[in-house]
Amino acid sequence: MKFAVVVFPGSNCDRDMAFAITEALGQEADLVWYQEANLSDYDGILLPGGFSYGDYLRSGAIASTSGVIEQIRQAAEHGKPVLGVCNGFQVLLEMGLLPGAMLPNKNLKFMCHDETLIVENNKTLFTDFYQVKEEISIPIAHGDGNYYCDEATYQTLRDNHQIAFTYAANPNGSVADIAGITNEQGNVLGMMPHPERAVDALVGSEDGLRLFQSILTHWRNNHAINA
Amino acid sequence: MRKVKIYITLKEGVLDPQGKAVQHSLHSLEYKNVGEVRIGKYMEVMLEDEDNIEQQVEKMCDQLLANPVIEDYSYTIEEVV
Repeated sequence: MKFAVVVFPGSNCDRDMAFAITEALGQEADLVWYQEANLSDYDGILLPGGFSYGDYLRSGAIASTSGVIEQIRQAAEHGKPVLGVCNGFQVLLEMGLLPGAMLPNKNLKFMCHDETLIVENNKTLFTDFYQVKEEISIPIAHGDGNYYCDEATYQTLRDNHQIAFTYAANPNGSVADIAGITNEQGNVLGMMPHPERAVDALVGSEDGLRLFQSILTHWRNNHAINA
Repeated sequence: MRKVKIYITLKEGVLDPQGKAVQHSLHSLEYKNVGEVRIGKYMEVMLEDEDNIEQQVEKMCDQLLANPVIEDYSYTIEEVV
């Protein structure tokens, strides 16, 4: 399976993301510069963490107006897996591929530590290697990770089982402890915690690896059916 | 040229952590009469004069300058001589 890691000016978790795919998952990953990206040949799109455009205006806002966004939208519409982590999640919100918006953390601090996540929905292509309600340890590193949506949007997220992960002990003030959500079709996941930083026990946790293994297994199953 | 002054504020009901911090700080300076504090953004955009300038400004705000999920905006347009 071949992944594109879309690199914006200011992305800084792009290499971690590529490492997770090539070294931990054993698949292919290209770092693609946002201006030169041709995403049509890739099986999965990864939007890494960092500070695209220095988070000027709002986190993810300026990246969400760049030319590559239309390709990301098309990939999502074609059912390809699209994963946005941290700043990547913020870009997905700003481009409207996922509902809601990010506010500064409730305590106004940049936080960087491991958090316990609860798997709320294990019936997505990203999460079916987990047990439902399983607690996993994944690091966070963000200043604007306070997920906000209005009550009606929250009800929709709940009714459609779009809440993939919640925090066991909400660190940032997110609505309903939300740490990660999918689109309605389930092929786009945005999450603030960094699964790509949790793919080797050597660095504290390998709980993130199963997220990538889930994507790969789904792709292989679909591929086998289509072949 | 026109000078467009754009004010972007968080919608009512959206938590404003920065405003809360400033409110606490004002309280600690003994301004006991201070109620809620809300922090927003102010932008000045210089625009060549065109007929549909208001529509343009609104489109800019909707597309990029404000995030309609969490923010409201208002603006004034001034003539620059």
